[in-house]
Amino acid sequence: MKRRLLLLLPLLAFLALGGFLYQGLSMNPFERDSALMADPFPAFELTTLEDPSRTVDESLLRGEVTLVNVWGEWCPTCKQEMPQLLDLAERGVRLVGVDYKDTREKGRAFLAEFGNPFEVNVFDPDGDLGFELGVYGAPETFLVDAEGVIRYHHTGYIKPEDVREVILPEVERWRD
Amino acid sequence: MARLIRPLLAMLVLLPLLAQAGGIEVRRFEDPVLEQRYQSLTATLRCPKCQNQAIGDSDSPIAGDMRDRVYRLLQDGRSDKEILDFMVRRFGDYVLYNPRLEGRTLLLWGLPAALVLLGALVVALMVRARRRASARRLTAEERARLDALINPERNE
Repeated sequence: MKRRLLLLLPLLAFLALGGFLYQGLSMNPFERDSALMADPFPAFELTTLEDPSRTVDESLLRGEVTLVNVWGEWCPTCKQEMPQLLDLAERGVRLVGVDYKDTREKGRAFLAEFGNPFEVNVFDPDGDLGFELGVYGAPETFLVDAEGVIRYHHTGYIKPEDVREVILPEVERWRD
Repeated sequence: MARLIRPLLAMLVLLPLLAQAGGIEVRRFEDPVLEQRYQSLTATLRCPKCQNQAIGDSDSPIAGDMRDRVYRLLQDGRSDKEILDFMVRRFGDYVLYNPRLEGRTLLLWGLPAALVLLGALVVALMVRARRRASARRLTAEERARLDALINPERNE
């Protein structure tokens, strides 16, 4: 009897392999955790989109849970995402934008057209801050806690239902 | 006819050069060793935006930025390991085509070897079990039964 059961071993191994492969079918290869998870937000020193003479650095993100959204005028998905970001700002979430690989004129025109949910926008024309963040496309969103540590990373589009189902719970989680 | 073919052939030969000028920039290196290292690094780093392309083959903007950074770090005299670490720190293990041997990847590297060993063990055990079974002597009773089966008429 014991030997008979042993014969089932290859079948079990096959089922396990099949399980792994089946799981792979429903995984989105574009969604990966940021390498910076639980790391401090990278150091930077850049001007703001609003005021070329105002320089900001990573201390901008201390003191309050902040959602950092990397966007650009050239990015069509960012336009679709703006209503969700405005919604989040209305619900009391502090948002800081990173205008990624953009020009000042285009960036400002974008905010004038689609609304500005951001307390301030860091102007990153060469994508240096984006590179430090491991950003490989926009939009990407990072949740930074009051100590300036990255706690959550959202790759790509924030869907309308993500606001209540994903983003707000994460914000609440790191507020205390 | 030959007069027509020759310029056509020349154009065909030049065609790949045009293709290269399209997406990916040409970088100049004083030191051929550095150039060799640049080529191998851009071939082993995976473009984070693309699903399966080295940064040396991709014309996505982020791949361009990464090649640029590899070039600058090489000029700074950084080692290959430092450059790979630099990229992994920002973009994660995803950018390594050759996963590193570490705690998390031990299973990945060790499982095939472990399975081969397990298979060898199973085969060895089976061979041993079979040899023991065949080497066992028959009891007198079994031998009589065997004789009866082989030569039924002799006993009748």
